[in-house]
Amino acid sequence: MKKQRSHAPRTPRAVHRLAPRTPTVLRVNGLTYAYPGRAVLRGISLEAKEGEILAILGPNGSGKSTLLKILSTLALPASGSAHLDRWDVLKDPYETRRHLGVVFQSPALDDKLTVFENLHFQARLYALPTAEMSVRLKESLNVFSLWDRRHERVEHLSGGLQRRAELAKGILHKPRLLLLDEPSTGLDPAARLEFWHFLRRLLRSTKMAVVLTTHLTDEADRSDRVIIMDKGEIVCDGTPSELKHTVGGEIIALRSPDLERLRRGIRRRLGIAGTVADGELLLETAGGALILSKLVRAFPKLIEAATLRKPSLEDVFLQKTGRRLHTNLEGRAESPA
Amino acid sequence: MTAVTVLVQRELIRFVRQRSRMLAVIVSPVLFWVVIGSGLNRSFQYPGGPQSMTYLEYFYPGTLVLVVLFASIFSSISLIEDRRDGFLQSVLVAPINRSSIVLGKVAGITILAALQGVVFLAAAPAVIQTSSIGSIVLTLFVLVLVATGLSSLGFLIAWSMDSTQGFHAIMNLLLVPMWLLSGALFPITGSASWVAEIMRWNPLMYGVAATRKALYGLAPGAGQELPGFGVSLLILIGFTVVTVLVAAIRVQKRLASKPLEESR
Repeated sequence: MKKQRSHAPRTPRAVHRLAPRTPTVLRVNGLTYAYPGRAVLRGISLEAKEGEILAILGPNGSGKSTLLKILSTLALPASGSAHLDRWDVLKDPYETRRHLGVVFQSPALDDKLTVFENLHFQARLYALPTAEMSVRLKESLNVFSLWDRRHERVEHLSGGLQRRAELAKGILHKPRLLLLDEPSTGLDPAARLEFWHFLRRLLRSTKMAVVLTTHLTDEADRSDRVIIMDKGEIVCDGTPSELKHTVGGEIIALRSPDLERLRRGIRRRLGIAGTVADGELLLETAGGALILSKLVRAFPKLIEAATLRKPSLEDVFLQKTGRRLHTNLEGRAESPA
Repeated sequence: MTAVTVLVQRELIRFVRQRSRMLAVIVSPVLFWVVIGSGLNRSFQYPGGPQSMTYLEYFYPGTLVLVVLFASIFSSISLIEDRRDGFLQSVLVAPINRSSIVLGKVAGITILAALQGVVFLAAAPAVIQTSSIGSIVLTLFVLVLVATGLSSLGFLIAWSMDSTQGFHAIMNLLLVPMWLLSGALFPITGSASWVAEIMRWNPLMYGVAATRKALYGLAPGAGQELPGFGVSLLILIGFTVVTVLVAAIRVQKRLASKPLEESR
């Protein structure tokens, strides 16, 4: 049965919605990876349990893509270990691949082939027994409501449908672990909602763990558990609401002609330390509304605009790293996808 | 083995659904043949060959090889596209032997290249008076061998390329000169000694030589200055086996140890 490893990573703060004895599907321990002159991963340890969607949230360059490549058997780390159930991801890639589904960010479907042809080829690559093949093809296409569209060429499908077909292809061989690289990048909001609907539907009917990488906070917010990565390290790990609670009660965001003077003034008079990021002064506070009115009265000239909101995963990232999530390494703000 | 058939089938379906590809591959060599062949038709003399041979006839086997060369090389570019899209990645994470990727791709491209060669081979009876069923079947066999060698060479080059631009550069610097110096355009007997020396080391020279001999049904008079048919076949087969093996090794090796770059 489940073997508890002595060097197991620290346990997640809470396992939500899952029964206490839910099996762990993926165990990763102390992964490191480097390019010449640059450490990409600095000791990553994590676990993913059956039935859960684990989001790895981080900016570009945080190392999440490299982590995904290692987990999908395409790259080897310098040190550390990774196990999918009882299979060693690093030492036994062949066996691991039989139990692993991967949906890459760039489309893996052949656009000149129909949906069915793509899936049929996949079934044969995974050497599904002939008897099982047609059943699995039908099941996978049905989970994603693609059965009626199966004879259409991939190039003629909308982005949302292509994404669903990618997923159907990824789960055809009933993997224990499904890896998704930036799954809803490039999808419009409606298609994104639909994608999540189908992902949840899939998890209800199968016994697998889903690990996805994303730089979108709303995608992480929909997941069961979030690991925030920055500069090759795990910054924090918990359910979206747990993480947001670590920030505090509410966030007040202030705009001002002189942010620095406002920041010093607030610290002196109200004893609240704020952070300046992207032209805003952000304050974490418990009694938001009360403090907001005090502020506006105390600094009538310095405050141009004030917003009060609940903390988001963006705020969690800011608090843990001192930087905004959507500012990439060159400091250029990224357009919200 | 299933993996190989899957990859071959995919290659064939893709080709059928992009028929314009075939035009590009056949039309330009045929234009070459008609224009250069007719232009030089009367001014050509084949040292050591039959005096009556026109340049159109001399140039025909070389053009046949050029069709196969273009077809295999252009199809190899699709490997770079497969990598740029996620298709290759999804094959790499499938539980298959990596060598199947080489075999599947090379076999698929070979079939396509040989088929395109056949289209042009249909002109053989009009160009070569002594053509027979036997000589055409023999030529087809040689073309398949040439196609296999060129496809595996194309695979090997494309595997280490990140962009199609890089592939075009290699094509102009290596593959086109290989063809120019293969005896396709001019016979080895009339060329400067240094050119002849390079030609002797060019594997494609043996491909053109074997094609030429096969087209004349191995008649004793045709291309007597060229290496023997059997020797040419052996060299072709040797070249193909070595390229496929190197490709199979590289496919295993590079992906195991390469520090893969961030995708974004």
